[in-house]
Amino acid sequence: MTWTALFPTITAAFLASLVEVVEAFTIVLAVGITRGWRPALTGSGLALALLVVIVLVFGPLLALIPIAALQFVVGTLLILFGLRWLRKAILRSAGWIALHDEAAEFAKETSVLKAQAADRKADFLAGLAAFKAVLLEGVEVVFIVIAVGTAHGQTLWAGIGALAAVILVLLVGLAVHKPLVQVPENTLKFVVGLMLSSFGVFWTGEGLGADWPGADLALVWIFAIFAIFALGAVRLITKPQRGLAQ
Amino acid sequence: MSLLKTIWDETFGMFVDDGALALQAVILIAAVAGAVKLLGLSPLMGGAVLLGGCLAALGLSLWRKTRLGA
Repeated sequence: MTWTALFPTITAAFLASLVEVVEAFTIVLAVGITRGWRPALTGSGLALALLVVIVLVFGPLLALIPIAALQFVVGTLLILFGLRWLRKAILRSAGWIALHDEAAEFAKETSVLKAQAADRKADFLAGLAAFKAVLLEGVEVVFIVIAVGTAHGQTLWAGIGALAAVILVLLVGLAVHKPLVQVPENTLKFVVGLMLSSFGVFWTGEGLGADWPGADLALVWIFAIFAIFALGAVRLITKPQRGLAQ
Repeated sequence: MSLLKTIWDETFGMFVDDGALALQAVILIAAVAGAVKLLGLSPLMGGAVLLGGCLAALGLSLWRKTRLGA
């Protein structure tokens, strides 16, 4: 297994997971600070346990699918997933839709939790908020790890990339104890959108039997073509007075 | 039930934001797969068509959003 194959897998899993974990962290932090760490950690823990069950149930099933079919299906899902991220990132960079704001998300969640404070089920609702945030963002992380790892038998490496993102966010988050607003989310989403779209085209092609020139290195030029197109699109549709955000 | 609906909405939303873009991508992939498997198009050419088609679908989606507000 070469670095030309491993590097894109680990990087894509790390960067994509970083975005998702930052978003989940914002909600869990809001719950922890507003209602206490017991519901925050209980909700998060249950969600993580459910994610483990999902991986344990669906992981072995993937091994039963022939590799070409798996590459085709995973590639198709990655194209849909990657194009969606890329489209949003282009529109955000060009000023057509608002940037994701972790501070605003934190304030919104905090105000919802404060409004529920008088409810006798307030701790349950707070735990549920943490559970939903970790589960929903976690499902995306699980999908990304499986999608970028499975088709070439690199799930472990993709998992290591995702785990590194989780550890990084937890370490920085615990140190600063506030939403990670400095993380350039849209730039990350832009790069991840490019990477996932490239993986999608590459694997769908492989699933159809394409022998890409340069083997795994073809990912680099597919990425370059997507990047040139996306940056050109940003330049073309950027609203006046707005530059590349973040 | 509301939690299950949220999970379904989020899972569906992972892949579909602009419905037309998602539909065009699925049709493109099905057409390329059909051309490779049934019409004898070379897989590498199929891959190239897929790449070009994805860029065209993305460009169309951006055009719809910025010109038509869709």
